[in-house]
Amino acid sequence: MLHIKGLHVSVDDTEILKGIDLIIKSGETHAIMGPNGSGKSTLGYALAGRDGYEVTRGEILFKDHDLIEMSPEDRAGAGIFLAFQYPVEIPGVPNTTFLKEALNSVRRYRGEEELDAMEFVKIVREKTKELGIPDDMLKRPVNVGFSGGEKKRNEVLQMAVLNPALAILDETDSGLDIDALKVVANGVNTLRSPERATLVITHYQRLLEHIVPDFVHVLAKGKIQCSGGKELALELEEKGYAEFAQAAE
Amino acid sequence: MNSNTDTFLSDYEAVYPGLPGSGVKWLDSIRRCGMEEFRAQGLPTGRTEDWKYTRLRSLEDTIFRPATLEDGEVDVNQLPTLFSGDSMVPRIVFVNGCLKTEFSCMDNLPDGVTVDSLRGAMDRDPEWFASHLGQVGCIDGNPLVALNTAMMNSGAVVRVHKDTAVEKPIEMIFVAGLTNGPVAYYPRNLIVMDEGADATFIQHHTGLGGGPYFVNSVTEIEVSGNARLRHYSVQNENVEATHLASIHVRVGCDATYEAFCMSTGGRLSRNESFVRLEGSGGHCGLNGAYMMRGKEHCDNTTLIEHMVPYTSCREVFKGVLDDESRSVFQGKITVHKDAQKTDGRMLSKTLLLSDRAEIDTKPELEIYADDVKCAHGATTGQLNTEALFYLRSRGIPDALARSLLVESFIAEAIEEISHLDVRAAMTGLVASQSSNRRCLGIEISEKSEGYKFE
Ligand SMILES: Nc1ncnc2c1ncn2[C@@H]1O[C@H](COP(=O)(O)OP(=O)(O)OP(=O)(O)O)[C@@H](O)[C@H]1O
Ligand SMILES: [Mg+2]
Repeated sequence: MLHIKGLHVSVDDTEILKGIDLIIKSGETHAIMGPNGSGKSTLGYALAGRDGYEVTRGEILFKDHDLIEMSPEDRAGAGIFLAFQYPVEIPGVPNTTFLKEALNSVRRYRGEEELDAMEFVKIVREKTKELGIPDDMLKRPVNVGFSGGEKKRNEVLQMAVLNPALAILDETDSGLDIDALKVVANGVNTLRSPERATLVITHYQRLLEHIVPDFVHVLAKGKIQCSGGKELALELEEKGYAEFAQAAE
Repeated sequence: MNSNTDTFLSDYEAVYPGLPGSGVKWLDSIRRCGMEEFRAQGLPTGRTEDWKYTRLRSLEDTIFRPATLEDGEVDVNQLPTLFSGDSMVPRIVFVNGCLKTEFSCMDNLPDGVTVDSLRGAMDRDPEWFASHLGQVGCIDGNPLVALNTAMMNSGAVVRVHKDTAVEKPIEMIFVAGLTNGPVAYYPRNLIVMDEGADATFIQHHTGLGGGPYFVNSVTEIEVSGNARLRHYSVQNENVEATHLASIHVRVGCDATYEAFCMSTGGRLSRNESFVRLEGSGGHCGLNGAYMMRGKEHCDNTTLIEHMVPYTSCREVFKGVLDDESRSVFQGKITVHKDAQKTDGRMLSKTLLLSDRAEIDTKPELEIYADDVKCAHGATTGQLNTEALFYLRSRGIPDALARSLLVESFIAEAIEEISHLDVRAAMTGLVASQSSNRRCLGIEISEKSEGYKFE
């Protein structure tokens, strides 16, 4: 589904990613762990198509199409979803309006009928109930005044509504209480299917107990230093990153 | 006096016999005063502090003749309204400044409300009219009011009688254009709210078709004790129009004047509001929004004067400038010596969508009392790129995402509109304006069909 080959990404002329190779197949769940500043979020932004994240070398193929040439909205339409590490506040735009515009845009892209207000509300109600999100969070402006945990839940709600083929979760677990963590993990797990894939960026083994990964990668200094199965996360927990970072020297 | 002052008055003798109230002594003398005053002062120039940022070049390069009844063949379906679904909304319609009874709809005016044209007002109650016209809008030092006073050819004269409360808005519609050559017209409106009266008016200025024209409008307003006037306006003149409007308001004890002005058009538009809070407990809400593009220039100049203790005002202006458009915001709050316990707040925020757009902001507080609460703030910024990316990363096409951000930016001003139907209609107006200006999201999603994923 996703094939990243020798990816180099620069931000403001500073090279952050220095040759990433990663293959994610349908049905798989991958986890990326790594020290602060190693480039995890940069990888997420590069996949989502953020301006200023310049791919200087390498390629990204998504379902055999060149992702780099596509706008962020086209990538979303094609099925890529990035849950932001720091969700953005948008004063004045109600959360429902945002969700509805997003869902209908993605549906248009996929050649599906747009939903009317009634149909939309039905879908959203269903998802908010599953995720334990209070209705007033829908009426409020996007993320404005939301607590850290509420923002993360809101990311998961968007993911659930948009139903992406590849979900990238950038530290969606940080700032969540234990119950919320389970709800979020549950949200991710219900999306798991042979046609979908998930890339989880996290610092904590704890999340990976709920979302069990098929592969774990260690990203340090802009490169994947090492990959393994879910045991690797446990090993990291014990030893820390120092060893892997040194390996890169 | 300068030569171009002459061009505005040169037709005066020819036009005069056809003006409302010609031959009526008191009105004649008012007109003559206006003419003398305008001759003496001439058009405002950059030498006047208030006009430093707005130059009237558009009036220098064109000669405008006064509009007549024969100007402008307008179709009733072209008339602007905020309530397109509701044909029962009372309205008075002027085309190039001339009353069009066939388009107006005043049979269903509520009891206690009268709406006339200038001419109609002379017939209905000349004494009342004479005692109110020219009382609030002063010609001294204001050449545009002077010019309007000399030339006023029509306008709406409204009286809402004591304790009459009307929820449903009444529309005052001015359309212009579709004339043979450039014309000028001079609407003069008068709105008098008697004690305890409560009503809502919506004033439209819309340009139909192309071609330059000049609107010089003056509106005088009296809001008596315990009364409330909600006065909303929509300025959507054409891209060659020059629109100079001033509103002069007097607010009494425990009375409220609430205004919102939405500007979306005009080569050059300037809306001036002068509000005097003359009774304690008086409140004024002076708000507005503007969306400019191309080379449009929009000026909002306001003066709120607190004359007595315990008065309050709140002012929120939000503007969006694209291309090479320019705007000017000059907001002044004056608190006179006796006006203790004044509560005044003013806010102006501008969003620049292009790096060639420009704003001049001049907020001013002039305070002579010592026990007051006053604040002002002004900001200028660009579209939040982080928010834009967030929206796009959810599939929302760039153009639609920008529109959403623009709409949400303006929403803060629209929320000041207390009449909920009007607020909803204005929100709709902003949405259609902001999506009009860039190609719609649909186009982009069609383009996207190139990528098909199974
Ligand atoms: N505009 C910029 N110019 C230069 N360096 C930048 C710029 N933006 C980000 N960086 C750097 O890129 C590096 C990678 O940042 P990134 O956010 O991808 O890290 P991360 O692995 O997600 O870290 P964390 O675990 O703290 O979230 C950091 O060292 C950061 O300082
Ligand atoms: Mg990060």
